[in-house]
Amino acid sequence: MKPFIPSPHPPGNRRKILIQLFLSTLYISAFTFGGGFVIITFIKRKFVDELHWIDEQEMLDLTALAQSSPGAIAVNAAILVGWRVAGFAGMLVAVAGTILPPMIILSVISFFYAAFASNRYVALVLKGMQAGVAAVILDVVCSLGSKVLKERSVLSLFVMASAFVATYIFNINVIYIILAAAAVGICKQIVLHRKPGIPTR
Amino acid sequence: MIYLQLFLSFLQVGMFSIGGGYAAMPLIQKQVAETHTWLTMSEFTDLITIAEMTPGPIAVNSATFVGIRIAGIPGAVIATLGCILPSCFIVSLLAYIYYRYRGVSTLQNVLSSLRPAVVALIAAAGLSILQLVLLQGKNPMDFFLTGENSIGLTDINWIGGGLFLAAFVTLRKLKWNPILVMALCGAAGLGLNLLI
Repeated sequence: MKPFIPSPHPPGNRRKILIQLFLSTLYISAFTFGGGFVIITFIKRKFVDELHWIDEQEMLDLTALAQSSPGAIAVNAAILVGWRVAGFAGMLVAVAGTILPPMIILSVISFFYAAFASNRYVALVLKGMQAGVAAVILDVVCSLGSKVLKERSVLSLFVMASAFVATYIFNINVIYIILAAAAVGICKQIVLHRKPGIPTR
Repeated sequence: MIYLQLFLSFLQVGMFSIGGGYAAMPLIQKQVAETHTWLTMSEFTDLITIAEMTPGPIAVNSATFVGIRIAGIPGAVIATLGCILPSCFIVSLLAYIYYRYRGVSTLQNVLSSLRPAVVALIAAAGLSILQLVLLQGKNPMDFFLTGENSIGLTDINWIGGGLFLAAFVTLRKLKWNPILVMALCGAAGLGLNLLI
């Protein structure tokens, strides 16, 4: 029977893969402050650059899926990476690794939250870490952006520039931006193939 | 009964928040501070502060925090399950469609247009964090658009800027581990601010 989603690994070392997947998602989730895009950049560094389990284009596709589905981006990304790496068990393991650190940390904090939120030293450490987060994200953007530039496609450049202006300057909801980019892709298909965008098999 | 209410409330948060943490915030507020009075508005604000200062998605953080306060550890687990369950179904279905049809030319054209847009979205997210670090939340666009809120040299956080540059160079040129770089930035931020 054909597998539900192709896994890049032979079945023999599954157990080892699952453990590594769990530890990787646990580690990323425990140390990733900030929104969904921050965790995406860390997932990319770990699973694309370090472990080579997922290729870069696929990671961008998974990001678009995670971003445009309901729910937390980090959890959605974990579900996608989990399925990809080790099927259903991988999905469960990756989700568990992603939600356990915030659950444990929040449980501890909820018992003495007032002291934590107003602590001056905690605030200074977190402020310093924000500078690091910005650097990590923009580093990944440089790598990904240079790949788009190398495509030498006017359409790609146009989509990238207008998406940036729409989100950064006009604060347009990311869902509309993703839908608009998808619409550009459908138009491209129609122009190139002169037929409506229904998958022909 | 309280478990069922927690589960259903966070199921709605998980199902209808599209677009990440900030999109989930108003939904969480409606569920925990308006529909049910599990938190006061000021407790809710504290919750958001804590959620932003700790790792993890805002929805999962809120589910844990509210769950524990209302019904202890089991409440936290049930609320969290509620908020991730819709994702598990919908995203798994999308993963199936993606891997089944990604060889089809329509989907390839759609994906090739999505990729540059995703890069731009990540860039904007990174820049807004950098802006928060450098200018303490002041927006340079305000000045360009309205001429108000001009930004002087005193508004710039030089320590944050220096940390950012140092971190960027070590990541790009030396390829250091990003989590190590972030931890060092946190330690340096505390040290430098106390010294100066």
